[in-house]
Amino acid sequence: MIIELGHFSLILALGLSLGLTMVPAWGVQTGNITLMQCGDSIAKGLFFFLLLAFLSLCYAFVVDDFSVNYVASNSNSALPPQYKISAVWGAHEGSFLLWTLVLGGWTLAVTLCSRDLSVDMRARVLSILGFLAFGFTLFSLLTSNPFERSLPVFPVEGNDLNPLLQDFGLIVHPPMLYIGYVGFAVPFALAIATLWSGRLDMAWARWSRPWTNVAWAFLTVGITLGSWWAYYELGWGGWWFWDAVENASFMPWLVGTALIHSLASTEKRAVFKTWTVLLAISAFSLSLLGGFLVRSGVLTSVHAFAQDPQRGMYILVFLIVVVGGSLALYAVRAQGIKSNTTYSWSSREAMILVNNLLLVVATAVVLLGTLYPLAYEAISGGKKLSVGPPYFNAVFVPVMVVLFIFMAISQRSRWKDTKIDLLLKRQAWYVIGSMGLTTVLMLSLATFKSYVLLTTTIAFWILANLLENIFQRVNRKRWNWNYLLTQPLSYYGMLLGHLGMVVMMIGISCTVYYSVERDLRMAPGDEIELAGYQFKFVETRKINGPNFTSDQAEIIVTRDGKEVLSLFPEKRFYSARGSIMTEADIDPGLFRDLYVALGEPLAQSAWGVRIQIKPFVRWIWIGGLLSALGGMVAIGDKRYRKSRRNDFANFLKI
Amino acid sequence: MWARLPVIKNKSLIIPLLLFFSLAALLWRSFSLEDPSLLPSQLLDKPFPEFNLEDLHSSSRIRNANDLLGDVSLVNVWATWCVNCLIEHPVLTRIAQGGVTIVGLNYNDDLQKALAWLDRHGDPYSFHVRDNNGTLAIDLGVYGAPETFIIDESGIIRYRHIGVVTEEVWAEKLYPIINLLRGKSA
Repeated sequence: MIIELGHFSLILALGLSLGLTMVPAWGVQTGNITLMQCGDSIAKGLFFFLLLAFLSLCYAFVVDDFSVNYVASNSNSALPPQYKISAVWGAHEGSFLLWTLVLGGWTLAVTLCSRDLSVDMRARVLSILGFLAFGFTLFSLLTSNPFERSLPVFPVEGNDLNPLLQDFGLIVHPPMLYIGYVGFAVPFALAIATLWSGRLDMAWARWSRPWTNVAWAFLTVGITLGSWWAYYELGWGGWWFWDAVENASFMPWLVGTALIHSLASTEKRAVFKTWTVLLAISAFSLSLLGGFLVRSGVLTSVHAFAQDPQRGMYILVFLIVVVGGSLALYAVRAQGIKSNTTYSWSSREAMILVNNLLLVVATAVVLLGTLYPLAYEAISGGKKLSVGPPYFNAVFVPVMVVLFIFMAISQRSRWKDTKIDLLLKRQAWYVIGSMGLTTVLMLSLATFKSYVLLTTTIAFWILANLLENIFQRVNRKRWNWNYLLTQPLSYYGMLLGHLGMVVMMIGISCTVYYSVERDLRMAPGDEIELAGYQFKFVETRKINGPNFTSDQAEIIVTRDGKEVLSLFPEKRFYSARGSIMTEADIDPGLFRDLYVALGEPLAQSAWGVRIQIKPFVRWIWIGGLLSALGGMVAIGDKRYRKSRRNDFANFLKI
Repeated sequence: MWARLPVIKNKSLIIPLLLFFSLAALLWRSFSLEDPSLLPSQLLDKPFPEFNLEDLHSSSRIRNANDLLGDVSLVNVWATWCVNCLIEHPVLTRIAQGGVTIVGLNYNDDLQKALAWLDRHGDPYSFHVRDNNGTLAIDLGVYGAPETFIIDESGIIRYRHIGVVTEEVWAEKLYPIINLLRGKSA
């Protein structure tokens, strides 16, 4: 019964989304304020019914209602309760419902948090968001309905959730990712609304900034969580695979980062106006494209959901309508918009231009690599090839290195113009100092590697510039450190964002170049030495879990004769699906991870064992989280709230 | 509002739209491509790899690739831990009753469990080889169960099917190929 209510709620949501698309838009066209203001209430209703639909699906999982096909395919009565809830978004239909709910949530947020948007702009934005919601809800109902039931005969037991997903990662990673991914719909809607209204002014940029920052922060968290999850769950110690689905989330992130910087210049200096609009359109378009790639079945991936051409066709048509329509509107409406401000090549605007250029090139390169197998197959008439990490690393990393060099130099840049000696003073010292520090650290702690020298020098150089930035601010107030407490939050957001990237870069270079790994056969009693640690294979024992049985090995780790800890990697057998899973055991550390996983069982109770020591790998995710924190901190800036009074004058300008 | 067609003065603004349309065309085209889950086998039209493995039912008897010669046959990769193998088992039984030789490749499995499984569900195969270490599977490029290969009477691999053999798969994919191969030899 509850499921039918949920199904009906989704249909009601469909109707409301259609209303949300039409009514405020009609209000804008006719100048009818009442109709324009209707958008708020319709949006709230839309969210309410989407939430009801989603909650009813959750309910079906919690009570083990296997008459619902989706529940039967993804759950099991023995599944632990937290995974029953997260199983809601464990496969295509449910995760897409989550996606739609998140869009509803963002639409609600727009109604609640945009007092400073004029009525007509708000109406336009809600109308566009309503159209997106309409498309998504229609897709769900037509092709991927999670509420389908098989009655009167239904399975008594479910197929269980894929064991790889029975993990904390599934509880957090998709929701965070979707909030970010789908969140780019708001800057997108703002951009389209601006083009629609024909007014491309700086207010648009100021409105967009907080929304972009939040969406970007969540996307950063989502991607970081995905990387961390893959690391401990998949059993190989890898944290990024350039998989099509990973790329699908990474491309919007790259463009989102470019957008954040571009919005800053558009707001402050009224430059790059049309370019920023294009970026805003592209960020969400890449989100939609990503969704298409993952759910249409055109790309094979460990991650990919549905393999159903009908769904793929629908998403593609929707993609063409939304993105094609937006770009067409852009081509027509962005005519004749020119910035009258000039800037020199050493200015902050120029630095941001370089930033955007490099990030767009990086995105294009990733897009090319992701789509190349498809293109090759289409052109060569069926021959297949795959593009993997060698390509991506070879092309992406150099672009990033150049970007980070500019990150160092640009800290000092000023709007409109920066005197050259101001820009470059002391930089040479910083570089030499960084290089020296890096070399000393490398030689004393590890071995010399030229790539690590390059990346870590750049990292320290950026750090020096960030610190100098702080000192110079305080210096202006004669070293009154309390001054730091009164700085705008966006300043701290900036510092944290860049610091996070630096930390991540150090983590990545150390892990890539200094990790050690050994794959070997170990029998009870065997011991092996790796990088100063001794690993002793004690024994394996059988354990029973709630929905699995497992072979658990005990490995004692010692260092300099003292016991550090025991690690317990497992090989689990989940009976419902007959799948075998490797559960690695990790000793996490700030400066190194000890990573042990079981391979295959060999003769005489020996096992294949993989032991890895990964230095600084946690810094990758700490860096990601720091940057995301920076993004969230920046939106608290008073600037975004102060302008309410000024824009009140816009209230009646239609 | 609709009377005037939009005048495009700044032509460069159309570039994103054009780029997108070429992308959309590519993606549209990709639907008519082959199912990406049909991964090609490197071994198509090559001889079946050499092997020396124990027969499942009598450990003293060693089987090799010569045992596959003489007739068009199916080689089916299966295991007791593979749920889908159980699902395709009735279909394979019917195929065998229809006069097709099926050879079993017991992949990465326990001997006692495998014998019990065959006892319980029936054994339509002409014989099985025990591939404990997965060496033959590696040579064949197998990465899971079930998989089914069509071998012609000279021991050349002619087709590879990944996944469950259903009635449709048999009728639309496997049977026509077997007929073709038999027709050639007749």
